Amino acid sequence: MAAEKTVTITDSTGVHARPATVLVNKAGSFSSDVTVEYNGKSVNLKSIMGVMSLGIPKDAVIKIIAEGSDEQEAVNAIYEVIKQEGLGE
Amino acid sequence: MAKVQTKDLLEQFKLELIAGKNGLDREFIMSDISRPGIELTGYFRYYPKARLQVLGKTELSYFNELSSDEKRDRSQRLCTDVTPCIVVTRGMEIPEELKQACEASHVPLLRSPYKTTRVVSRLTNFLEARFAPSTAMHGVLVDIHGVGILITGQSGVGKSETALELVKRGHRLVADDSVEIHQEDYDRLIGSSPELIEHLLEIRGLGIINVMTLFGASAVRSHKKIDFVINLENWNEKKQYDRIGMDEETIRIIDVDVPKATLPVRPGRNLAVIIEVAAMNFRLKRLGVNAAEEFSARLTKMINQEEANLNSSVDYD
Repeated sequence: MAAEKTVTITDSTGVHARPATVLVNKAGSFSSDVTVEYNGKSVNLKSIMGVMSLGIPKDAVIKIIAEGSDEQEAVNAIYEVIKQEGLGE
Repeated sequence: MAKVQTKDLLEQFKLELIAGKNGLDREFIMSDISRPGIELTGYFRYYPKARLQVLGKTELSYFNELSSDEKRDRSQRLCTDVTPCIVVTRGMEIPEELKQACEASHVPLLRSPYKTTRVVSRLTNFLEARFAPSTAMHGVLVDIHGVGILITGQSGVGKSETALELVKRGHRLVADDSVEIHQEDYDRLIGSSPELIEHLLEIRGLGIINVMTLFGASAVRSHKKIDFVINLENWNEKKQYDRIGMDEETIRIIDVDVPKATLPVRPGRNLAVIIEVAAMNFRLKRLGVNAAEEFSARLTKMINQEEANLNSSVDYD
C-alpha cells in the first residue's frame, strides 16, 4: 500500500529551483520510492530535473506518493517541508 | 494528451484556407483519414464524419459531373458539425457549392498543392504521432553509435555521471532525469526531453550544466528511438548477474517489449565503457553476429569432439 498526500501550491513563484531542491533532498533521505504527480504526469521526487521539468505553478494541485518501507514517514516529512518552506498546504 | 485542432494542421503544413475560418478550433478525435468517394454518390450510411476528409482528383472530377442540386446536397452532407476539416489536394479548383457549404457550417476547407497520396501519408504520420500513447520515465537517454540507450536506476546510482562520461567520449545526450516517451506505430518508442530541461544535465556537486554549450551541437539530439534499456543497480552480493549473455531480458514500456540488461555498479567499474560496449554489441547482434551464441556453438563442437575422441580411444583398446 502506498502512502499519498495531495497538496496545493501557494508559493507565488510555484515550485522553483530552490524549493525543488529542498523537496528532492528530503525525498532522497528515505528509501521508499517517492513520486510527484501533476497534470497527469508523474516524476520521481528524488530527481531535481524531473521535478523542475513539471514547471509547477502557484495554485497547482500536486499529489505526493511514496511506496516502500518508510512510505508514511516520507510523505509526512515532505509535507512538513512544504509547509515550513511556505510552498503549499 | 494535448488537443489536436485543425489550426495545428494549418500551421504544420503548406495548406491554404479556402473557407470555414470559424471552424479552425475544431478538434480531432482520431488519427484516421477518410476519402469520401462512395459518399459523393449519395451513400452516407457509413460516412465516417468525425475523420479528416480528403478529396483527390478522382473524387472531385466525379463531383464535377454531378448536377447542381446533387452537388449542393453532397456538400451539405459532407459538412457535419463534427467534421474537423476537408482537404482538397493537387491545388485543384474547388466547386462553389462545396465552398458555400463549408462556410455555412464552419467546416474548414483547406487546399494543398501536393498529390493525394503524399498528402494522405503526411497527414497520417502527423496525426498518428499526435495521438500516440505516451509516458514519462525516470532515466537518461543517450545515443551511442546510433543506438538509443535508456539508462535507468535508482536516484544517485550514477546515471547522469555515466551520461556525462559518454558525452565526453563523443556520444549524444537526448534527455536527463526525465524522458518523455511516445509510441509510434506498434513497435517504436521515441524518447525526448521535456522542453524545460533539454540539453541540461544535473551532476551532484556541480549543479546543472548545459551539455550543448559545453560540448557543442554534436553532443545533443532532440529525440531518439529507444533500442535498449540498461538498468544500473548497486552491486548485490546475493543476486546472480548475467555471465554469458545468452538470455535476453526485456522490459515493457507502453506496449513495446524492449531488450534490457542489468548492470551492477561498484567502485572501479567503468560504466561508460561497459555501456558503450553494450551498444556496440547490440548493433553487432542486429547485424547477425552474436558472440554468446557463437561461443556456445564452439563449446558444443568441442564437447562432441572430446566425446568422439574418448569413444575412439576406447575402441582401440
